[in-house]
Amino acid sequence: MKKLLQLFIAGIILSAILLYAIQAMNESQGYSGENTLTIYNWGNYIDMDLIKQFEKETGVNVIYETFDSNEAMLTKIQQGGTTYDIAVPSEYMIDKMREEDLLIPLDHRKLPNLNNIDDRFMDLPFDPGNKYSIPYFWGTVGIAFNPELLPNKTFTSWNDLWDPALKNEILLVDGAREVIGMGLNSLGYSLNDTNKQHLQEASQKLETLTPNIKAIVGDENKLLMQNNEAAIAVLWSGDAADIMWENEAIDYVVPKEGSNLWFDNMVIPKTVKNIEAAHQFINFMLDPEIAAQNTEYVAYSTPNKAALSYMDEEMVNDERFYPPPELTEKLEVYKNLGPKMLSYYNDLFLEFKMHPK
Amino acid sequence: MGNKLTRNLYMIPYSLWIVLFVIAPIMLVLYYSFFDIEGNFSLINYQKFFTPVYLKMTLSSFWYAFLITLISLLFAYPTAYLLTKTKHKQLWLLLIIVPSWVNLLLKAYAFIGIFGQYGMANSLLEMIGIGSRQILFTDFSFIFVAVYIFIPFMILPIFNALNELNPSLLDAANDLGASKWTAFRRVIFPLTIDGVKSGCQIVFIPALSLFMLTRLIAGNRVITLGTAIEQHFLVTQDWGMGATIAVFLIIAMFFIMFLTRDRKRGV
Amino acid sequence: MHHKSTPTAKIFLFIIFAILYTPIFFLIFYSFNSGGTMSHFEGFTLDWYKELFHDTRLFIIVLNTLVIALLSSLIATIIGVFGALSIHAYKKRMKNTLLSLNNVLIVSPDVIIGASFLILFTFAGIKLGFYSVLLSHIAFSIPIVVLLVLPKLMEMSPSLVDAAKDLGASNWNVLTKVVLPYITPGIFAGFFMALTYSLDDFAVTFFVTGNGFSTLSVEIYSLARQGISLNINALSAVLFVVTILLVIVYYFITQRTNMKGVGIRK
Repeated sequence: MKKLLQLFIAGIILSAILLYAIQAMNESQGYSGENTLTIYNWGNYIDMDLIKQFEKETGVNVIYETFDSNEAMLTKIQQGGTTYDIAVPSEYMIDKMREEDLLIPLDHRKLPNLNNIDDRFMDLPFDPGNKYSIPYFWGTVGIAFNPELLPNKTFTSWNDLWDPALKNEILLVDGAREVIGMGLNSLGYSLNDTNKQHLQEASQKLETLTPNIKAIVGDENKLLMQNNEAAIAVLWSGDAADIMWENEAIDYVVPKEGSNLWFDNMVIPKTVKNIEAAHQFINFMLDPEIAAQNTEYVAYSTPNKAALSYMDEEMVNDERFYPPPELTEKLEVYKNLGPKMLSYYNDLFLEFKMHPK
Repeated sequence: MGNKLTRNLYMIPYSLWIVLFVIAPIMLVLYYSFFDIEGNFSLINYQKFFTPVYLKMTLSSFWYAFLITLISLLFAYPTAYLLTKTKHKQLWLLLIIVPSWVNLLLKAYAFIGIFGQYGMANSLLEMIGIGSRQILFTDFSFIFVAVYIFIPFMILPIFNALNELNPSLLDAANDLGASKWTAFRRVIFPLTIDGVKSGCQIVFIPALSLFMLTRLIAGNRVITLGTAIEQHFLVTQDWGMGATIAVFLIIAMFFIMFLTRDRKRGV
Repeated sequence: MHHKSTPTAKIFLFIIFAILYTPIFFLIFYSFNSGGTMSHFEGFTLDWYKELFHDTRLFIIVLNTLVIALLSSLIATIIGVFGALSIHAYKKRMKNTLLSLNNVLIVSPDVIIGASFLILFTFAGIKLGFYSVLLSHIAFSIPIVVLLVLPKLMEMSPSLVDAAKDLGASNWNVLTKVVLPYITPGIFAGFFMALTYSLDDFAVTFFVTGNGFSTLSVEIYSLARQGISLNINALSAVLFVVTILLVIVYYFITQRTNMKGVGIRK
């Protein structure tokens, strides 16, 4: 009994001290102020120095919260309970959020820096007229490979992955649209194909790829590639950029048949409380110098044309991450196929994953 | 009479918890399980569950959960037993738990490094002369890491049961000429059965719905019901199907509890 | 008193501990890597630690995590012990039903618990943040406490309680002088496992948190897309060392104070 009481009292005292410390630290950081802006973004997806700069310039206190998947973020915004002023969903999610009336139209008059964005990335099918969203970063899906482990191999086509010499060498990204899309692309079909026969064809073709597949993984693909665990990975260009940052030998290609073009975008969700500051923040991030600094930190491709002149030339001229318009024309943005079709894609993907090796 | 009153008093917070955080979520899950992906009332999810894909998944989840529990028990029992014989046994016990306070994702990343082709495990194998081999993304690595995560939960109740064993009982058995094995089988094990049972429940039940490791360590080679639920909730956004699988998991758990219920009581 | 442990026994225990601690030493080792990833060790550096000590945001998150873990485990332990006592007092059938209900949260995957708690909290109008996270952690820790306390209660011979009652002990005295001391190891086990659950939880916390409140797991998981930087390793190393020290200090303090009580119960 004595031991129990000791534990109990020690726990209470420790908690009280910790609570006091949190209180004190929050106050010293000024988090309890009135004029706050809550940003909901992926972890480490912004240069935190810019947030400090924004706070200084505008006097707004920024609260930075993070999520790790679009769908989880959607659930949180649907349910409300937190006043998110800015969120950064991917493009396919914007359609869905718009349908569910979760977004607030942007006031373009408050965003004079909007004209810095490359016209190629404006007015896209997922948000005509950029009524609700402004592109933040963009990229492709492609093949990263390690020439040191695979001498004399080049990749130009999705079909190169089916080479029997690549047994147990490929890491696939754990996404139904990406993997099924790769199957569709390799057959010359569109990523957004809804013809069930084409989809069946694609999934049968994918099943013949199983001997070459080492694993189907998520964000840990970066660690695995850096460790030389696998020679090839199908992944998003952002991940490829991270891998190449650590290991310069690794190369990245977007296959000639075409691939996916993705965007992460700044939006104002309906949970917003501080519309004024939200616009201020978006405009701030669109400033060429700010965008350049942020891009150098995050290392994804920026849609901000004006920012390119402030960036490292080597980065800007890298066609793997800033492909010329001829190639971007071949890339497709995911369309919202509706829940039924999406579920069909997922069922195919699940069967593919469970296909014995 | 006074007894009843006090019992009802202790019962208040716990019953409140059962109603708010157990019954209410079960109701929600049940409710969602009757809606298809487009939000129409239907039984399609239940139909879908009885297709080969999900049945196979159910079977493999049970198989892996069983293996994980069995192996945890095989290692946890001797560990718990030996711990009770050490000098600072409570301290050692705490030190068994401490590693589980380090973030799981980080530990999984560490295992990716350790089990990798150029990792520690393979260097060790090479040193012994076995030669390096593929460890990551195999059943072995998956079960190893799962056991790693669950083993403290198995050791704890067994340790507690063993620790209170009266040493004179053992001495008596020895005096009567029982061999060590007989003493264990007839005296020690029966007296610790409640601890073992509780350990198995704490490991088997969550092992059924294991996810994350199936991707990080098994590279999606192993697909469990937990992974499928995760996917349905977070990727497909098909809450209906996810909820349906959860309903079956809960039913499975009730069934396990029924099998391991305590039959005898009141010596 | 103690049977001497044989060398084989010592080796066995050594291997178990070695395996348990290997991944942690792996993480700590790379926290000194100047190379920036957990793959190639390039050179020794303390930069990650320096970076860590300048990151007040992360520091607040760590404190949040600890407070939530401590408070939720304490409260869950209290509720769970009462729960176990009342389950134990019931007849067989009711006992089994209650125990099955108890385990629902253990078998439910975190996303489901998280999503349903989120629906629950928003329905009840509870503001997401510290209290919603605390409540959820208490909620999912209770069943583990019950499961660890119950076997101790079942072991306890009923005659012990009867004897105490015959001697005229009140219910309160029976509880505090007989029952609780007997089940103390189970209570401790429950408390420490509740701590584990709370510190490890990502999915549930993610769903029920908000308004700037965050815990370490949520932070670490959301870093995964951009790659987890080594200052998180450094943070884990610091926390780990502090924990080990606390555990040892705690152990020897309780040892000392219990010595004074002189062995009625050893």
